[in-house]
Amino acid sequence: MLFSIFQTAFKNILRNRMRTLLTVLGIVIGVGAVIIMVAVGKGSEATIQKQIESMGTNLLMVYPRAFSSGGVRMSGTSRTSLKLKDVQSIKEQSTLLQGVSGRVRLNEQVIAEGKNWNTSIEGVNPDYQEIRDWHLAHGDFFDDYDVRQSRKVAVLGATTAQELFGDASVAVGKKIRIRTVPFTVIGVLQSKGASGPGGDQDDVIMAPLNTVYYRLSGRNFINDIYVSAVSIDKMNEAQAELEDILRRIHRIKAGQNDDFMVRNQSDILSTATDMTKTFTLLLSAIAGISLLVGGIGIMNIMLVSVTERNREIGIRMALGARGKDILLQFLIESVVLCVLGGLLGIAFALAVCYGLEKWTEMTTVIDSSIMLIAFSFSAAVGIFFGYYPASKAAKLNPIDALRYE
Amino acid sequence: MQNVVQINAVQKIYSMGENQVHALRGVDLSINTGEFVAIMGASGSGKSTLMNILGCLDQPTAGKYTLSGQRVDNMNKDQLADIRASSIGFVFQGFNLLSRTTTLENVELPTQYLRHRKLANPRQRAIDMLSLVGLEDRLDHVPNQLSGGQQQRVAIARALVNEPSILLADEPTGNLDSKRSAEIMVLFQQLNAQGITIVMVTHEDEIAAFAKRTIVVRDGLIQSDTLN
Repeated sequence: MLFSIFQTAFKNILRNRMRTLLTVLGIVIGVGAVIIMVAVGKGSEATIQKQIESMGTNLLMVYPRAFSSGGVRMSGTSRTSLKLKDVQSIKEQSTLLQGVSGRVRLNEQVIAEGKNWNTSIEGVNPDYQEIRDWHLAHGDFFDDYDVRQSRKVAVLGATTAQELFGDASVAVGKKIRIRTVPFTVIGVLQSKGASGPGGDQDDVIMAPLNTVYYRLSGRNFINDIYVSAVSIDKMNEAQAELEDILRRIHRIKAGQNDDFMVRNQSDILSTATDMTKTFTLLLSAIAGISLLVGGIGIMNIMLVSVTERNREIGIRMALGARGKDILLQFLIESVVLCVLGGLLGIAFALAVCYGLEKWTEMTTVIDSSIMLIAFSFSAAVGIFFGYYPASKAAKLNPIDALRYE
Repeated sequence: MQNVVQINAVQKIYSMGENQVHALRGVDLSINTGEFVAIMGASGSGKSTLMNILGCLDQPTAGKYTLSGQRVDNMNKDQLADIRASSIGFVFQGFNLLSRTTTLENVELPTQYLRHRKLANPRQRAIDMLSLVGLEDRLDHVPNQLSGGQQQRVAIARALVNEPSILLADEPTGNLDSKRSAEIMVLFQQLNAQGITIVMVTHEDEIAAFAKRTIVVRDGLIQSDTLN
């Protein structure tokens, strides 16, 4: 019985090949779009996760916060609460922190051998290299001695080295001038690749913290402090310790607001992935609408089919088919159409994702659960949009249906 | 002899807005096993309504209808469908075969709707029925490769495949020329001779002449009931 219903369904679907193809196209595009959107969304989530992980390991970041005193909150530009001496104090007092580095950031014009380039100058401690997981392509990183002596040495990011010298390998030993101050290049970093927000991570020059602080910045504060915890499972304790130390050295009493804030890497990661998740959801919702439109196409063609086959329905009823048999027959036909569309849609999505990976920078992550969901959703669309036409067919009066020309 | 059809005081009233049309005004009829009955009447006489009620496609407004000992006038739609599958074989004026479907598949079609009993071998039964009507060499033909007379033979084979207690034919020769008509009627006589009960609606006297008994319907009542 069921077998012969499926047989009839396939026969009817194959009878109007062109119509079947066009009808199914709506579902193919719908299912394909949902899978592609989710794959692209998950792909960018993975990319962002990788980028954030490339910031370093077990990373804690200290930012200044405009503190309020007596209810008056200072503007954002008054974020001057982190001082150079904080770096040394943290280093001396901590037990759970592995590396500590202050950072001063400036944007300056850099000149080398007649070429010039505007880039970001970062004054940091030697620990910064390990905290942020930078690797050297050529030369060396500066050490604590260079920092203490405020020596005018610099390590170039891959992009900066490329822009100034054309070839990163010749940069070591060359002189550059940042504003008017001459520096000697002692190393070139390996490329980390472009980071999403904030631009190219490799477009940077790193120099000893004290050098940049005293010779270039002209400030009495530093921008932020980067710290790494001894291990991933000590992150929360390390953060608590760090906050304690900072409160003590900044003389913040209990009940007073902190003039700094500590972010840890996993917070940033979850914020960023939350963002991409919302984005993915939005995209797949829009793709879902196309699946809905495809379903309406199915309903339309099933209604046409019911009208066309009025006489067939009449004959079947006269021969003893119950309304339920007719309902099942049309419902199965519509489900078979949608499932066919779903399978083609999956194939279409796989092909598109393969193309995206191959010919664009995009990363796509196809997981089998979303394919399963999209596929069962297309079958559900078949049932949902096939039900009305099928029940219309089932309710036909056999006498009228037989008389239909 | 056992009654296949027993109809008592059957009425059928159609409501068309405020008008009520009395298609049948109290019909009594009994048909025995092995009879070959022709129902005649002019257009609008009520013979089609009577045929639809006999075929369980329609329900009487009032009255009693017993088919093979079973009350069917109070059955619901599904029960009526089951009765049509198991006890009634239809032959239509327009053949009503499924197009682009082979002869054998067409004949097999009713077997899938048989619920309360099973045929031992539906395919073999379908082939047997096709040989009974002389089309055993046309199993894989589709309807539009067959002549009108052959198509009607396929329809007859299909009507018989579920071993019905009655064969109902509604103007079975209406779309055929006189030679083919005569062939179909001879086939009906042969089937009847094998014990199959046949009720046939027609408006042609020479077709009705092939039957053993003629009933004339007029204005919703049986006007005459004669043995030929």
